[in-house]
Amino acid sequence: MSEEFKIEIVNPEKSFLVKEDVSEVVVPAFEGEMGILKDHISIISFLKPGIIKILSKSGDENYYVEDGIVEFKNNNLSILTSSIFNLTDLDKSKQQDLLKLAEEEASNPEINDQSRYLVDQKIEVLRSLN
Amino acid sequence: MASLDDLKKRIASVKSTQKITKAMKMVAAAKLRRAQESAEKGRPYSEKMNNIILNLSSGISDKENAPKLLSGSGNDKVHLCVVMTSDRGLCGGFNSNIIKKAKSYFVRLAEQGKDLKIITVGSKGNDQLKRAYGDKIIANISFKESKHANYFDAEKVGKMVIEKFEAEEFDVCTIFYNQFKNVITQIPQAQQIIPLNVENSEENKSEDSYEFEPDEDEILSNLLPKNISTQIFKAMLENSASEQGSRMSAMDNATRNAGEMVDKLTIEYNRSRQAAITKELIEIISGAESL
Repeated sequence: MSEEFKIEIVNPEKSFLVKEDVSEVVVPAFEGEMGILKDHISIISFLKPGIIKILSKSGDENYYVEDGIVEFKNNNLSILTSSIFNLTDLDKSKQQDLLKLAEEEASNPEINDQSRYLVDQKIEVLRSLN
Repeated sequence: MASLDDLKKRIASVKSTQKITKAMKMVAAAKLRRAQESAEKGRPYSEKMNNIILNLSSGISDKENAPKLLSGSGNDKVHLCVVMTSDRGLCGGFNSNIIKKAKSYFVRLAEQGKDLKIITVGSKGNDQLKRAYGDKIIANISFKESKHANYFDAEKVGKMVIEKFEAEEFDVCTIFYNQFKNVITQIPQAQQIIPLNVENSEENKSEDSYEFEPDEDEILSNLLPKNISTQIFKAMLENSASEQGSRMSAMDNATRNAGEMVDKLTIEYNRSRQAAITKELIEIISGAESL
């Protein structure tokens, strides 16, 4: 029996990625990293900034996301996100831009605790990429 | 009757107008294809979002404490209308149709004694509304500089709407846009986004139980603001496809009308030319006869 399931990543502009032969996906869920294997229970969760790791036969892929929602149901994993970048395409200057944006946001004293947590997380992840 | 020279000039001018409208039609057709494509590509996102929200809201146990974006503020006093139009004209009835729809809605609100606030997206709508409802318009946003509808812009509008909702500036929010059906038909739509209208369509209701992490309420309160931006983005995509479709058919009509006009003017031109020749002939013959 195959141990593979389907993943679909959608962003507002288009269907970003569809893969049918995924064996494991690690997503940065809000309450910590979450590994999803085949026949996982149906789950809905949302993402904090981090790295999505997709492990499949055709090779592993890493994506950087800033936010999003995951839904897993009947061995279909859907990830809705408005900002996603393939790590191999994310060059240094783009990283710096994102980091700068995040730091600007973090320096705003008026944001609430939750967004502060998310922004700090974002900065941490972006720094670790360098 | 106009002189031959005048007619000639008119024919030339109508012909050059025809060239312009023809070119505009071509451009609109090319843009339409792209806009239609992106509208179709954008659909999975909003559909998925909708599905998840449906699943979530049906799972919510405590309706009283549901997030306000879903249940509303409890009042029904102040209505915010986001009227989405284009930034450019020459697109047939595209803008007027939205405005007409919006205006009839405004009249209904006024009859019910509700307060009205308007945000216009796109400068054409602002132009048309500011005459009658200038004092109600609280903001005008236009994306003249961005070539395509993009999510970033939609998010800007969405954030603004949510900020105003949280500041309790309004109770109900409705967006107006044109839904793209095909090149000749665009349907003006009024869609209520706050509070969210969760239609209880049976087919979408899944009996699967989900595990939520963190709990439903928190996910929902995180998801609903995103959904607003998504809905606005969807409206923007539909609008841009509709705008191009509308412009294309308007320009197609204009080209055809110009063609008809050229034909008519040409006939008139030939008739007067003939008349002039006949007149000259008669003059020569009667002159010869009198000798």
